[in-house]
Amino acid sequence: MAEAPAPPAGGTLPAAGERQQPARYPSFLAQVLRIVIKDLRIEWRSREIVYTMAFLAVVVVLIFSFAFVVGDARPPPAVTAGILWIAVIVSGTVGLGRTFDREREGEAIRSLLLSPAPRAAIYLGKLAATVVLMLAVELVLVTLCGFLFTSAIAAQAGRIAVLLGLGTIGFAAAGCVFSAALLRSRSRDVLLSTLLYPIIVPIVIAGARGTSQVLDLVAPDFDGAAFWMQFLATLDAIFLTVGLWAFEPVAAGE
Amino acid sequence: MSALSLRNIGKTYGGRRALVDVSAELASGQVSAIVGPNGAGKSTLLGILSTLVAPTTGELRWGSETLHRGSAARAAIGYVGHDPGVYGDLSAAQNLILFAELYGLLGPGERAAAMLARVGLHDVPVEAAVRTFSRGMQQRLALARALLHAPAILLFDEPGSALDPAGAAWLGRELAAERAAGRTVVLVTHDLDAAGAVADHLVVLRRGRVAFDESRAAGFDAPAVRAIYEERTRG
Repeated sequence: MAEAPAPPAGGTLPAAGERQQPARYPSFLAQVLRIVIKDLRIEWRSREIVYTMAFLAVVVVLIFSFAFVVGDARPPPAVTAGILWIAVIVSGTVGLGRTFDREREGEAIRSLLLSPAPRAAIYLGKLAATVVLMLAVELVLVTLCGFLFTSAIAAQAGRIAVLLGLGTIGFAAAGCVFSAALLRSRSRDVLLSTLLYPIIVPIVIAGARGTSQVLDLVAPDFDGAAFWMQFLATLDAIFLTVGLWAFEPVAAGE
Repeated sequence: MSALSLRNIGKTYGGRRALVDVSAELASGQVSAIVGPNGAGKSTLLGILSTLVAPTTGELRWGSETLHRGSAARAAIGYVGHDPGVYGDLSAAQNLILFAELYGLLGPGERAAAMLARVGLHDVPVEAAVRTFSRGMQQRLALARALLHAPAILLFDEPGSALDPAGAAWLGRELAAERAAGRTVVLVTHDLDAAGAVADHLVVLRRGRVAFDESRAAGFDAPAVRAIYEERTRG
């Protein structure tokens, strides 16, 4: 694109030195929403993250399907649950890395940190946008798993949605902190999964166990699944609390 | 007259001292140029001035208020770096509206349009992503974003790097306009000619310490800045 012409001599409005004071700063929730809308608008324009995540998730499921779907034989619920959660975590990691790359490019994160938006609002905004993108991909993923592996997924859609929703919040809560911490690291792609995966092991275990118990057509264990849902909710509370506390120094690079 | 006061600022990274006992008064209505060789502590000092980096010792004051990451007065800061500080996938207007909303400005759309007009970007296609802009256009947008909330303090980090001569001349006029408007303008640069062209306050940093700090009502010129720089950073 060609260089824009210089502004007219003498300047145009607003004049240098004009004071533009806010009526009042937006509420905390409004600041969070602005960050979420910003991230989703960027994604809507590029569709880069969702397409990449969805492609990766589908590939993971298809690879496993070649190994476990032979003739009419279908994998047991535990295996289906494992495949589902592996695909969620792998695709989610890619999405997390890219969404924070957008903050790094052009040093947009500096402008964001200098704005009056509280760091907690920035953190929750990034977290919510990541969760929305991951849930969109999980919708595709669950549909594919239902088609390839078991009809129980459609029958238990509500419980699976709760398990995936809780697991996704916990994953994104931890992931956003690590992504922010690695913003200026050269090896962030490698380091993100190396640092994040050990932390989110409890989420994967809880999610996979709960999903497995729900998908069992012969003897579903809904009480067991409810326990894992509570366990995931507790993990979410812990990761969110730690994330809110840690994001401030981490985002400042200290 | 409000001033940005650096009082015995020190910054240590691990065992390395990046800044040692730095004190200076950066007055409003003045362009203060901070120069120094690589590793002198310029970027660290700019980070502290922007409140993005916390000093290890000392304090930063704006008038009667202490400036830090949690102080409300930090909304008085505008920052123009060598990177534009905006989102490449959004349009220029979308970027400015986003930041106008975050700053709680009234009429974000109108404010964004006015700022785009001021920096000469009013004619760019509405939907064009910033990543398609030339370097000069991105720098104009960076200035528009920094001035959006009419900050009293304007920090520039190598703003002229990668600008062509016409762009650099435009930037010089903008700096002069902001000084005339009474803002506290701080310019951190390697470009001694650029510093000489606009500065009326010169701070030379060497190995994390202030090696020279002087204001001149008549301003400096490039040869004077070069001579001072050579003398104070030698050895």
